[in-house]
Amino acid sequence: MTTLRLVWKELFERPSQLITSFLAIALGIAVIVSIQTMTYFSGKAVSRELDKLGANVLILPKAATVNNYYSADFLGEEMPEEYVDRITASSLQGVDNLSPKLTVPITVGTARVHLTGILPRNEFANKPAWASAGGIFTQPAGCGTVPASMPPTTKDATQGRRAVVEELGASEVLVGSEVAERLGLKADSRVDIQGKPFTVRQVLPEAGSVDDTRIFAHLHTVQALFGKGRVVNVIEMVGCCKEISRGLIDGLNKLLPDAKVVTIKQIVQTQMNTNTLMEKFSQLFLIIIVLVGAASIANYMFSNVQERRAEIGTLMALGMTPRRILTVFLAKALVVGMAGGVVGYILGTALAVILGPRLAQVPVLPLPAWLGWAVLIAVAITMLASAIPARKAASLDPAVTLRDL
Amino acid sequence: MIRIENLSKSYRVRGREVKALADVNLSIAAGEFVAAVGASGSGKSTLLLTLGGLIHPDEGEVYLDGQSLYDMNQAQRAKIRQQSVGFLFQTFHLIPYLTARENVQTPLFVAGKTPAEQTETAVRLLREVGLEDRMDHKPAELSVGQMQRVALARTLANHPRLILADEPTGSLDPELAEEMVSHLERLNREGITVVMVTHVPAMAARAARRIVLSEGRVVSGTN
Repeated sequence: MTTLRLVWKELFERPSQLITSFLAIALGIAVIVSIQTMTYFSGKAVSRELDKLGANVLILPKAATVNNYYSADFLGEEMPEEYVDRITASSLQGVDNLSPKLTVPITVGTARVHLTGILPRNEFANKPAWASAGGIFTQPAGCGTVPASMPPTTKDATQGRRAVVEELGASEVLVGSEVAERLGLKADSRVDIQGKPFTVRQVLPEAGSVDDTRIFAHLHTVQALFGKGRVVNVIEMVGCCKEISRGLIDGLNKLLPDAKVVTIKQIVQTQMNTNTLMEKFSQLFLIIIVLVGAASIANYMFSNVQERRAEIGTLMALGMTPRRILTVFLAKALVVGMAGGVVGYILGTALAVILGPRLAQVPVLPLPAWLGWAVLIAVAITMLASAIPARKAASLDPAVTLRDL
Repeated sequence: MIRIENLSKSYRVRGREVKALADVNLSIAAGEFVAAVGASGSGKSTLLLTLGGLIHPDEGEVYLDGQSLYDMNQAQRAKIRQQSVGFLFQTFHLIPYLTARENVQTPLFVAGKTPAEQTETAVRLLREVGLEDRMDHKPAELSVGQMQRVALARTLANHPRLILADEPTGSLDPELAEEMVSHLERLNREGITVVMVTHVPAMAARAARRIVLSEGRVVSGTN
């Protein structure tokens, strides 16, 4: 005879009660695990979608304004391209992509357009909307939105493609849809810019933004074309919204004291609001389930103490101390909690893997880390819910419990 | 072995105070066989449970081998019960989900014996009471007489020096009652002090001394 054997044998003495309370815990944990798992993968999917909103932080020359950025007229204000290196070499967290640009107004034929120098790989990572251009460009990872073990979805054909445009050739350009229509350009067309011939590599899909009115060439080509050194007039950045709220902007300001750092508040706010909503929803479910599970376990334990009054008195008569009786009841809660946690995790994970794609439209994988949490939460619930009944058992008056009727 | 001085104990029942024991003074020598008799509600069971360290009196002292039981803490009293006291109850109070062997092992487990020691002792005791082929049966699968023998084996598991029996024949037919009292007589001859509560005069007559209680007071047989 050991404490565990005593607990184990007693557990199966009243199987219907045991099943009821075990199910309360296991199902509660299953719901928590399935919601948390689906929330995790949904969150990643939402982050990927939100990242498609594009850059949410702008780094501008000190004297430039956001209006200058949107009008593409920087009035000659420029800053060193070296700022990009400074940011990537720093320890700042949450910098997802950097896209330096140099925009200058030009004339093509008789049309006034803007020529923007870009670093193509960075630019396409920043502009997932361009990914449907028919070429093959990387999708942004977002703020760690794609776990390494995630299989690519079959719905979105652009995801998972790894090849990049290494470099736009020195004589190649990309053309916005509106400019292409205005100038009658298409892929492989020739266009003269500042007296130099260029070939149109691709006409970009309509984006509904200023990009439709621009011609894009390699940043260093534009710098050379206009005799400028290694300068840019904006660095667009995708910052993880959590890091933005934790001080990324302050970090950038300290790193680049001669630049102006601006958050595109609307984008950041949307991202943060969405994430906050999902987190709060998940927490609400957690609280409800903990309360319901705890109430069920407490009810079962109180009934158990009541039914075992004579047994408790007998154990006291045999020399068992109240502390040890408390231990026996808490050991039972521990066993039920551990079993409930494990079964709940398995059930919840299965639910999430099966239902996630149907309900949340995202693929879901098991999260092994949640096994530990499931057991911990289940044990905490059962132990806390059993604390008062166990104390009641330990403080029973043996004279009352042993009185033969 | 046992000395009781000015023992009193009251209970509150539905707002009224009920005196279960009133100023009891009593001595019981080692090796005695004492029967406590009295009408229902006279305080017999309360006296027994107080002797066993299970009921804290309102007033007075209980000495076991010179030690004041109620000057000790709960853990110390529990240890005394493990090592020195065996209880026998009217309805046996066997734990229903444990087998006969496991019921006998329980006091050994409480006393901290290893599982091997528990098994060896339990098997020996059940053989001695003739239940070798019923060791793995639960109480519900045993006859009244068999449960009686399991209860007796459990009482003897830790070699008590004092047996406190609360109406041990109350649920038994005459044949089994006779068997039970015979066991107690045998154990008493082996040196174990026996205090038996009973309302059956014939059973009380088997004891060497009778203590009569009435309304919580000992009216005769104090020493």
